[in-house]
Amino acid sequence: MNVTLSDAVDLGIRLFALFNVVALGAVSLVWLERRFLGRLQGRPGPNRVGPFGLLQPIADAIKLMSKEDVAPGSSQRLIFYAAPILVFVPAFVVWLTFPLARDLVVRNMEMGLFFFVAISTLSIVGLVLAGWSSNSKYAILGGFRAAAQLVSYEIPIITMILVVAMLSGSLDFVSVVDAQSRVPFILVVPLGLVIFLIAGLAEVGRTPFDIYFAESEVVGGPFVEYSGAHWAIFFLAEYVNTFVLGILGALLFLGGWRWPFGENLPQLASVALLMGKAYFIVLVIFWIRGTYPRMRIDQLMEVAWKWLIPLSFALFLVTAFQLKFEWPWWILTIMSLAILAVPVLVQSQKQRNPALALAARYAANAVVVEAKPRPSPAAAEDTPPATSETAEGTSA
Amino acid sequence: MSTGPQFDSVDMMLNMGPQHPATHGVFRMVLTVDGERVVDVTPHIGYLHRGTERLAEVESYGQVITLFDRVDYISNLNNELAFVRAGEKIMEVDAPERAQYIRVILAELNRVASHLLFIGTYAIDLGAMTPVMYCFRERERIENLFEHVTGARMMHNYMRIGGVKSDVPDDFVPWVHRLIGDVRKGVEETDKLLSTNEVFLGRTRGVGIIDGPMAVSCGLSGPSLRGSGIAYDVRKDDPYEIYPYLNYKVPVGENGDCWDRYYLRVLECYESLSMIEQCLNQLPDGPIMAAGRRIARPPAGEVFSHSENPRGDLGVYLISDGSDKPYRVKIRPPSFCNLIGLRPMTIGSYIADAVAILGSLDIVLGEVDR
Repeated sequence: MNVTLSDAVDLGIRLFALFNVVALGAVSLVWLERRFLGRLQGRPGPNRVGPFGLLQPIADAIKLMSKEDVAPGSSQRLIFYAAPILVFVPAFVVWLTFPLARDLVVRNMEMGLFFFVAISTLSIVGLVLAGWSSNSKYAILGGFRAAAQLVSYEIPIITMILVVAMLSGSLDFVSVVDAQSRVPFILVVPLGLVIFLIAGLAEVGRTPFDIYFAESEVVGGPFVEYSGAHWAIFFLAEYVNTFVLGILGALLFLGGWRWPFGENLPQLASVALLMGKAYFIVLVIFWIRGTYPRMRIDQLMEVAWKWLIPLSFALFLVTAFQLKFEWPWWILTIMSLAILAVPVLVQSQKQRNPALALAARYAANAVVVEAKPRPSPAAAEDTPPATSETAEGTSA
Repeated sequence: MSTGPQFDSVDMMLNMGPQHPATHGVFRMVLTVDGERVVDVTPHIGYLHRGTERLAEVESYGQVITLFDRVDYISNLNNELAFVRAGEKIMEVDAPERAQYIRVILAELNRVASHLLFIGTYAIDLGAMTPVMYCFRERERIENLFEHVTGARMMHNYMRIGGVKSDVPDDFVPWVHRLIGDVRKGVEETDKLLSTNEVFLGRTRGVGIIDGPMAVSCGLSGPSLRGSGIAYDVRKDDPYEIYPYLNYKVPVGENGDCWDRYYLRVLECYESLSMIEQCLNQLPDGPIMAAGRRIARPPAGEVFSHSENPRGDLGVYLISDGSDKPYRVKIRPPSFCNLIGLRPMTIGSYIADAVAILGSLDIVLGEVDR
């Protein structure tokens, strides 16, 4: 392949534009999350720096950049400083194949979905290396947790991507979106989006799966020893990944830029439509963060191996049958909802209902203490141990 | 679980605290962990030792009240009440009825404030960030009332041996009525959000189980003991002040796990609010200070009195040698005694459970170390 100068310049411009879009998107999420959580929690959120606190992320960035960059004396310097980059680069590189509108993409690949899966897995290496090279017990615990968590949740995510690929008959993002011009995949396989979101939360490490950097347990996990700019890169990567999750959900399940307006939208409007859907998913993620506590590592594994992976395989099989026998698409919807009902029912029987019963029982079975009749104010002077008038210290 | 004989694994020692976000101050526990499993836990205390008991020996009785404000700094008024009652017992004074009602109202409000703080921080320990905002909002309302009544948000120095410092402001009763409505709504809101949340249940049910006999032999008290099914409450079993004139319920758990300990505190919030309502309806007029001398100079002797704090059974053992300063003040702090249950509860659980268990005991380090 001959690479001419103009090709290289073209690619450079595209990459630069993309980098700015991604960075701006991630920074906007920082602001959005803080404001949105503030609203959920009955407080204003940042509102001092710029209008509506819009410049708060910039103030944060300046603060982080001006901090001293400390590395533990006993850390493996090279790996310690390389780890944030190893986490951030995959988060950025996956954007190469994401089309923001029909022709708005850095490199459209026929294997776009595969490329995403292959690249996004790499960030595990960075987290484990960060944990290991810090030479801190909390960091290494966090690194181990990250490895276990991310590897487990790759499987349901990949299976869901396969389901989408089967439905659309392509691994190309543009074709996937085109296949949803009439019916988005969220209506065809609602279970698919649910599994994708849950597994995605775990991949990104957001509540209730923020186990590997759990603040109250391992105090930041792999990031515990990082400060200043290096920590900021981890932080940025986390938000870029959240944004990836939003865009990916919009492309794979919500019909990207095509549904519900079809092909006629001008390019700017289709970008806005896609971004709107992505931000919607991101807001759902923030909402979950405002609602749920954190799971425990064994429960996390249980969710992956006992629920998500069997369910995603079941959905995979059902989709295969639907395609093989050419059933109408709504059959798949019904079956996917039926599969979804299984964990919901089992879980509520196992946990929520007994707890509600227990709560009602505790409130009802409390030991009742009856009030004694209060002596009338007149009688109160002499009935109970009322020696108050005579009471006094003895010796003077 | 253990890896089996084919691997030669070494347990890791994990030093949690004194600077750790989940140890509620400067508590330190040294965990021996096998992967994510806790094999052993050794608590280390004393980082917040301020010599309260020794200081009490060189301060006059009135000044000791300020020390008690600072023993358990989350439930200051309950602590003041505990010492003031010991002082009244040794001086054989009784506070006038109005003063007793005011004290009980404030103490129960402080219990609600303390439980709200527990609920919020417990949610933080488990990774939920919203309940703490709701809880602090409600707690702030209570603190505002305290400021209005006592002049301080936390270190009140309001109760006196034989009564209270000053009468409550004129708008006290309507204010508290309004406050109760607001706080009850806030507690309900948090209760709905957290108590039967799936993830929360998964993290707390069946975690840190301690059975009744074991809880008793560890010396647990308060909600931590009642969670194990022992219906012991000083207000009920050794009534003091005007508690006998109130209708209330003492919620008791069954399983002795973290969820029981948590949920009993939620229920106690509701109970305390209803107790305050009854107190407000019964609040009599009259003096707020027992007649008598201002300077306490009790006869030589010794007394023990205890009361139900938000965290449990707070005992004060007071020895007087006849001077105006106590000869000895021994505090039986519920936090410290509850902490003894930590080891049997934690061993065999996960690291994340250790945080949940420590949180469910609701210790205040100021009280543990004194």
